[in-house]
Amino acid sequence: MTPGGPAPADAAPVSHYRLFPKALGQLVSAQGVRELHLALTQGFWRTRAWGQPPLQAPAGAELWVWFQDTVADVDKAWEELSNILSGIFCASLNFIDSTNTVTPTASFKPLGLANGTDHHLLRYAVLPREIVCTENLTPWKKLLPCGSKAGLAVLLKAERLFHSSYHSQAVHIRPICRDASCLAVSWELRQTLTVVFETFPSGQGKKDWSLFKMFSRTLTEACPLASQSKIYVDISAKDKEKELLEVTPSPTSVHEAIVQGEKRTYAVYDLLSPSLFNTSRSLNVQLKWKRPQDSLELSTPVLHAQRYVSGYGLQTGKISTLIYNTHPYRAFPVILLETVPWYLRLYVHTLTIITKGKENKPSYIHYQPAQDRRRPHLLEMLIQLPANSVTKITIQFERALLKWTEYTPDPNHGFYVSPSVLSALVPSVIAMKEVDMEQSPLFTSLFPSSDGSSYFVRLYTEPLLVNLPTPDFSMPYNVICLTCTVVAVCYGSFYNLLTRTFHVEEPTRGGLAKRLANIIRKFRGVPPL
Amino acid sequence: MAAAVPAARWARAAAALLLGCCGAALASGVQDQAEQFFKSGHTNNWAVLVCTSRFWFNYRHVANTLSVYRSVKRLGIPDSHIVLMLADDMACNPRNPKPATVFSHKNMELNVYGDDVEVDYRSYEVTVENFLRVLTGRIPPSTPRSKRLLSDDRSNILIYMTGHGGNGFLKFQDSEEITNVELADAFEQMWQKRRYNELLFIIDTCQGASMYERFYSPNIMALASSQVGEDSLSHQPDLGIGVHLMDRYTFYVLEFLEEIHPASQTNMNDLFQVCPKSLCVSTPGHRTDLFQRDPQNVLITDFFGSVRKVEITAETISLDPNLSAFESKPPKDELAAEPLKYAEQLPVAQIIHQKPKQKDWHPPGGFILGLWALIIMVFFKTYGIKHMKHIF
Repeated sequence: MTPGGPAPADAAPVSHYRLFPKALGQLVSAQGVRELHLALTQGFWRTRAWGQPPLQAPAGAELWVWFQDTVADVDKAWEELSNILSGIFCASLNFIDSTNTVTPTASFKPLGLANGTDHHLLRYAVLPREIVCTENLTPWKKLLPCGSKAGLAVLLKAERLFHSSYHSQAVHIRPICRDASCLAVSWELRQTLTVVFETFPSGQGKKDWSLFKMFSRTLTEACPLASQSKIYVDISAKDKEKELLEVTPSPTSVHEAIVQGEKRTYAVYDLLSPSLFNTSRSLNVQLKWKRPQDSLELSTPVLHAQRYVSGYGLQTGKISTLIYNTHPYRAFPVILLETVPWYLRLYVHTLTIITKGKENKPSYIHYQPAQDRRRPHLLEMLIQLPANSVTKITIQFERALLKWTEYTPDPNHGFYVSPSVLSALVPSVIAMKEVDMEQSPLFTSLFPSSDGSSYFVRLYTEPLLVNLPTPDFSMPYNVICLTCTVVAVCYGSFYNLLTRTFHVEEPTRGGLAKRLANIIRKFRGVPPL
Repeated sequence: MAAAVPAARWARAAAALLLGCCGAALASGVQDQAEQFFKSGHTNNWAVLVCTSRFWFNYRHVANTLSVYRSVKRLGIPDSHIVLMLADDMACNPRNPKPATVFSHKNMELNVYGDDVEVDYRSYEVTVENFLRVLTGRIPPSTPRSKRLLSDDRSNILIYMTGHGGNGFLKFQDSEEITNVELADAFEQMWQKRRYNELLFIIDTCQGASMYERFYSPNIMALASSQVGEDSLSHQPDLGIGVHLMDRYTFYVLEFLEEIHPASQTNMNDLFQVCPKSLCVSTPGHRTDLFQRDPQNVLITDFFGSVRKVEITAETISLDPNLSAFESKPPKDELAAEPLKYAEQLPVAQIIHQKPKQKDWHPPGGFILGLWALIIMVFFKTYGIKHMKHIF
């Protein structure tokens, strides 16, 4: 998470690679990229069990890019970009093509500096079937200035990280203000890794954890190239009792921030401060609960959603999305972006949005129908969510029959529908103040707040798995065998019938036995053979 | 007379013996030179490792490929010179009780997946077409470098394939297959384009020997785990993971390779003896008739390791003294006149009043034009040309 590099001007190419990795810098300047966001995720964030996600990403691979307005052919640049990224990250991003790329018109506004947002420069694609494993983590670690050799990244070993319920790694590149006056621009590369370890599946006993327990190693030093290297441990107490939990060793400082509408307290361990490694060479942060926790009380997030597919049979079905607004008195709008592959034919006349039993008309709808084998469906709606309500959006679809060669090698697994995206400015209960960028760059970049009363949140629903009518792939062989047999038998018989000639044969005189038998028969008076 | 003949014969024999000795003395010098001549003339090493099977119960094929990958990396071939194709993901498969690991020995002794693996083609990308494109180099221009086989005429290439096969074919991902004729033609294309110096082809499938029967290009040596009509068997199941972990042939090849280090002088004849019938149950086969060198002179590290030719020079080279220290001065950036702003994430008013983009008007083409022309012609033919003046 280190800013660095010159401004994204057209004239000067990106050339400062002391901290910024060269692979991404060259990519950004060659393809004319203004913003790039790539996330590789395994698993799904369980909002009800784990609370509001800090930064959610959809299951699989997600790539969205804003190009510079000097790029002539955006589609060509998009295709080259996804191919190059698939080589860098060892992911099958080369499968991104026009059948799963969309151009959203209202969501995915640039997260960095921008002076004008022409949505033709934006491309968004999701590959829900993408697997994330060590071969994706290794190049992600190689992009860090110290690699995985020093600093916080020594904790990131694949064997522990993938033994988790949710694993999401992301790379974000965007232009930001170089300082408070915001007259010069810098490139920012942000690499995030979100992992949920479920170390207490039974839910009983003390929920103590330590770095060693989670990662099976401890920290020894900060990365020498880092100007800041900190660990933040959330020690917010629900009640005002101070003695609920204890962190060891004692933190260098305590930081308070308002994150996603809640006041949170963090114990900060600054790896660059010399006092931290005074007592022992290694740092193992531990958290112990003073009293056993019955259940982890997490506040219900203000906005959460779920999506499911219903219906029976292999012809039709219905996609339903439920959006919950649990704020007691504030209503706010949300943009819903749905991308449905072309082989599920949506019937837009069956689109219904119902809130509290009444129909809810969206203020803005953008629908782009699919073209078979060329473009997916794109449905974008701006829906107003009343306070304390559940909104249900349903749309019916029909399944198409694919051509024989378009099926994947495992078609009975099903076909994925990418998660839908909800973007909203959620009103926060507590007033938030502008955070200084210099003091805590982590919080400004992760949780930016434009005005003090609401924070921006982007949620993703579950991906859907839909079965398409799948043919029996052994049938061509069976048909060939059967047809050849039938043709052989019929043709053979007809050929014989038509070309065979019959002529009378003179009966032969018969052998010796016959002659003797005829003599005996003549004696008996019976006609001869 | 009788005495003269043996004497003459003895003299001839002595002369022959003397000549033979001189010849031997001369020959040893020549032999050295000849050996130098027959040492492999390759300058770089490549490896193409392919696992063609999908689904969890084919765990052993992925473990096979990864163990060869591990040996090849250990002996010096870098990731940039290895094209690894795995048709399914076993390490992060939801059914794997130990995520991010692939074991080759039961009791989970050896994790062949490791921490530093780079898979170039994975999952649905492992197809016959992609495999042949990698071999022949006929790849779409946007393919990244790590997915290409950039070999030249001095490259020694190791090709390892494993999966389910039959007499004359190898099955890719349960949906297509590659035949031995196609493979032989691909190798011939590689030879014609001078894409290899020598090629070692190892295959571990049932009836694997049928895959190398049709090769006809020079400098190819092939090994297979079983003959035509025989099945290659798997080695041992692990009760914790629940599937068979390795195939027998590759298991013993891996054990053999674990003893090789970059400087070892083991030759190919040892590799041919790796898995006798008592251990492998099938009969491994090999084919060396297309190979020009004697297998005895071919080192294992010619194919499994990486050549580093080092030239040591004793003379000093002075760098340009006029070269001043590189000044790292950031280039002058243009400062904006007024402060720049971040974009608004959800500008509701702007979104609601967004006008949809007007689609550019294209003149009607093709079918519509023809249809209208037909309708107009029929109308005028029916009702006569005099109606034209009412229209225009």
